[in-house]
Amino acid sequence: MNIVVLVKQVPDSGSERKLDPSDNTVARATADNVINEMDEYAIEEALTVKEAQGGEVTVLTVGPDTATDAIRKALSMGADKAVHVSDPAIHGSCAVQTSAVIAAALSQLEYDLVLCGAESTDGQVSVMPALLSERLGIPQLSGARKLTIEGSMAKIERQTDGGYWEVEAPLPAIVSTWDTINEPRYPSFKGIMAAKKKPVETKTLADLGIDASTVGLATATSKVVDFAGRPPKGEGVKVADEGDGADKLVGYLAAQKIV
Amino acid sequence: MRSSLVLSPRDLEFLLHEWLQVETLTKRERYAEHSRETFDAVLELAEQIATEQFAPHNRKADENEPHVVDGKVVLIPEVAAALRVFAEAGMTAAALPEELGGLQLPAVVNQAVHVWFQAANIGTSAYPFLTMANANLLVAHATPEQVQTYVPPMAEGRWFGTMALSEPQAGSSLADITTRAVPQDDGSYRLTGNKMWISAGDHELTENIVHLVLAKAPGGPAGVKGISLFIVPKFLVREDGSLGERNDVVLAGLNHKMGYRGTTNTLLNFGEGVHTPGGQPGAVGFLVGEQHRGLTYMFHMMNEARIGVGMGATGLGYTGYLHALDYARDRTQGRPLTGKDPATPPVPIIEHPDVRRMLLAGKSYVEGGLALGLYCARLVDEERTAEDEAERQRAHLLLEMLTPIAKSWPSQWCLAADDLAIQVHGGYGYTRDYPVEQFYRDNRLNPIHEGTHGVQALDLLGRKVVMSGGAGLSLLGETIAATTARAAGTQWADLGEQLDGLVQQLGAVTATLWGQGDPQVALANASVYLEAAGHVVVGWLWLEQALATEGRDGDFYTGKRQAARYFQHWELPKVGPQLALLASLDTTVLEMRSDWF
Ligand SMILES: Cc1cc2nc3c(=O)[nH]c(=O)nc-3n(C[C@H](O)[C@H](O)[C@H](O)COP(=O)(O)OP(=O)(O)OC[C@H]3O[C@@H](n4cnc5c(N)ncnc54)[C@H](O)[C@@H]3O)c2cc1C
Ligand SMILES: Cc1cc2nc3c(=O)[nH]c(=O)nc-3n(C[C@H](O)[C@H](O)[C@H](O)COP(=O)(O)OP(=O)(O)OC[C@H]3O[C@@H](n4cnc5c(N)ncnc54)[C@H](O)[C@@H]3O)c2cc1C
Repeated sequence: MNIVVLVKQVPDSGSERKLDPSDNTVARATADNVINEMDEYAIEEALTVKEAQGGEVTVLTVGPDTATDAIRKALSMGADKAVHVSDPAIHGSCAVQTSAVIAAALSQLEYDLVLCGAESTDGQVSVMPALLSERLGIPQLSGARKLTIEGSMAKIERQTDGGYWEVEAPLPAIVSTWDTINEPRYPSFKGIMAAKKKPVETKTLADLGIDASTVGLATATSKVVDFAGRPPKGEGVKVADEGDGADKLVGYLAAQKIV
Repeated sequence: MRSSLVLSPRDLEFLLHEWLQVETLTKRERYAEHSRETFDAVLELAEQIATEQFAPHNRKADENEPHVVDGKVVLIPEVAAALRVFAEAGMTAAALPEELGGLQLPAVVNQAVHVWFQAANIGTSAYPFLTMANANLLVAHATPEQVQTYVPPMAEGRWFGTMALSEPQAGSSLADITTRAVPQDDGSYRLTGNKMWISAGDHELTENIVHLVLAKAPGGPAGVKGISLFIVPKFLVREDGSLGERNDVVLAGLNHKMGYRGTTNTLLNFGEGVHTPGGQPGAVGFLVGEQHRGLTYMFHMMNEARIGVGMGATGLGYTGYLHALDYARDRTQGRPLTGKDPATPPVPIIEHPDVRRMLLAGKSYVEGGLALGLYCARLVDEERTAEDEAERQRAHLLLEMLTPIAKSWPSQWCLAADDLAIQVHGGYGYTRDYPVEQFYRDNRLNPIHEGTHGVQALDLLGRKVVMSGGAGLSLLGETIAATTARAAGTQWADLGEQLDGLVQQLGAVTATLWGQGDPQVALANASVYLEAAGHVVVGWLWLEQALATEGRDGDFYTGKRQAARYFQHWELPKVGPQLALLASLDTTVLEMRSDWF
């Protein structure tokens, strides 16, 4: 079983994140960048499938040179090798353009299963599995909270607000995972040392046969035209307790439709 | 860079890379497999596991002390869970040689890894740290068979280890231990006696516990030269490594402590016949190395263990300081002197100079303590791997000199940082709703164990500064002078001159103390000497840090420089009066009599 996991490096959602005012793209250079949290679940799932069925896990990342940190982490968790697509022309690409890059990179790999996180904490568009499914002509099983591989079929429990659907598709397929699917392992010191020796192949747009003018901010299908911070917290409401404080509080909460 | 209330990753990065140039170690054969990348990854993993698995149950372990049910110790389950993650990540074995399953991580990086756990949860982290000290001692002094039997299971975290030195009647004075070891025909020994205060002495966390026990074998001289070292496993180990009979070492009771509550602390009885391995009472023990040399072996490992204690004190002080800083930016109270109008909103307390005084003192202590611990750990690496023999000798001598300071200075001043952290929190700091009171209680152990403050003072003044004709003190002086020479002509020249003066005075005072002929007079005020020397050393390390910030801008570097100035202006002037007291050969304390109190 050859598994490819799509891994994105994102600004840490736990620390301050900014957009770069010069071109309204995510300010990655100044951020504290980490592996997209949801992708860790996809990596864990890939490793679990590999441990049960054998095969190889390849990490595929599209991102700037600094994204090697995310790749190293995935390798130190146990992935076997990585492909890093890095090209300055990709900067500012929209999801549609990025999917073309990923699809081209996937086409150069052998895979039975593609795994990715159900969303990234920076863009939060959650459309990558659908876009790739269309481009590659393979089925997508999105939003899995459980994955089973039986022969040439992939079966998932698709998480919904009220419960789940059971959905299946023939391999090769692309599966996206929620954080309910497993508990990602920590890397180990041995894994960190081993990761140093694992192959990481770097590819440019030219290597993928992509015309640089079709990607990047200039030709993006959608752009951030403006942004503003959340307005500062207001003064709040002060309730003076004149013996009826509790009633006033209940009244306030009821007016806010909280109770 | 990401922020944390456990430790400062930014400060660690500065100290390890911008100051100590740790990456240069990868040029040495022993560390050739490593790189900046692996150091960073290892530290990041330590931070993650410490933050996610150790810190969250720190308070719960404090509030739920270990207790005994049906003869077995009960701990909250989070302790075992965290320790499993720690072992599975390979942290226990990190510094061990490759052939024993280790990663040959440099000591300096390993200490930086450890301090994350010490700061996050000192009680839980004590189990693996004692185990590592135990394993290190065996690697250095046990037979290859003993190493093969005991070290790999400890490296994998399946067994834990202890250090059993103290007895109810003999703590500081190990010469007076009474545990006996009687040789048997098969080459093993049978031990009888009681060991007090043994950390991690009993628990159900691992399938076996390897005690390293000091005891007296017959025929040895009285005092410390008649002490031998034994391996006493809780369960005897069969040829194939599986566990055999229960050994005759049993838990007599748990001690109820002020802090470090997650670590069981035990009174252990050896050889009382509760179990009868091989059909007879007596705890079965296996001699390590030669008879009567046990204390020497113990002390050989003491340098690293004592740096580790100092680092624990630093970690606890550091997290207290970070919590205080966080609180002071958030808590509003009062108004500035320049704007007393009650209609204006109150300001965060960090706006009050007196609060900044407390925070700056805390910063200078904890960052100074961290610099001291890492510098000493770097010396451990030099001692092991420096290119030529002379350099290794130098590192060894300097480390010998600095060890009592590396243990005691943070135990005193990083404890003071926790005291200040409580003060910054005002009334809230005195409650159990905030973590700072626990940090203080936990940290209060550090001036006591691994040789009390008083014992470290005797070690420094009685042994270290006089050894090899005072070579250690001279070397320390030369090392400091090399730094102050670099400061000349910079904005730090005045700090350099101040330090040069103090080093010179310290040398003169040492000569006066030992020149007057009466060792009682020389050593009576040893703890003042330890404090003065400690402040000089940390003042020097602040100069080192300040010089490492030269030419760099930004809040982090400016803050470092301000803390260096704080240490220079507020702390170093305390040293002069201490040296003057010592130089006066004051006998007030020496002459005081028990009856006069
Ligand atoms: C929580 C905890 C964990 C511990 N863990 C371990 C462990 O795992 N293994 C182990 O073997 N031990 C352990 N110890 C024991 C510890 O090392 C001793 O408590 C310490 O060495 C002091 O010995 P003592 O308690 O008998 O005090 P004492 O030796 O009675 O000392 C009492 C006071 O007298 C002073 N004093 C004693 N002798 C002198 C002297 N000659 N000159 C000047 N002052 C002197 C001391 O400085 C101290 O202030 C632990 C202790 C504690 C509290
Ligand atoms: C056990 C206990 C019992 C108590 N009993 C009583 C009681 O019976 N009755 C009662 O009324 N109160 C009582 N108190 C409250 C106690 O008096 C307050 O805790 C104390 O006055 C400090 O106030 P605070 O806790 O709000 O700290 P804060 O005022 O928030 O102070 C926090 C820190 O900021 C510093 N700070 C604050 N303002 C300034 C300033 N302008 N300049 C410089 N530094 C400043 C403080 O020195 C302190 O270090 C009790 C508190 C405790 C813990």
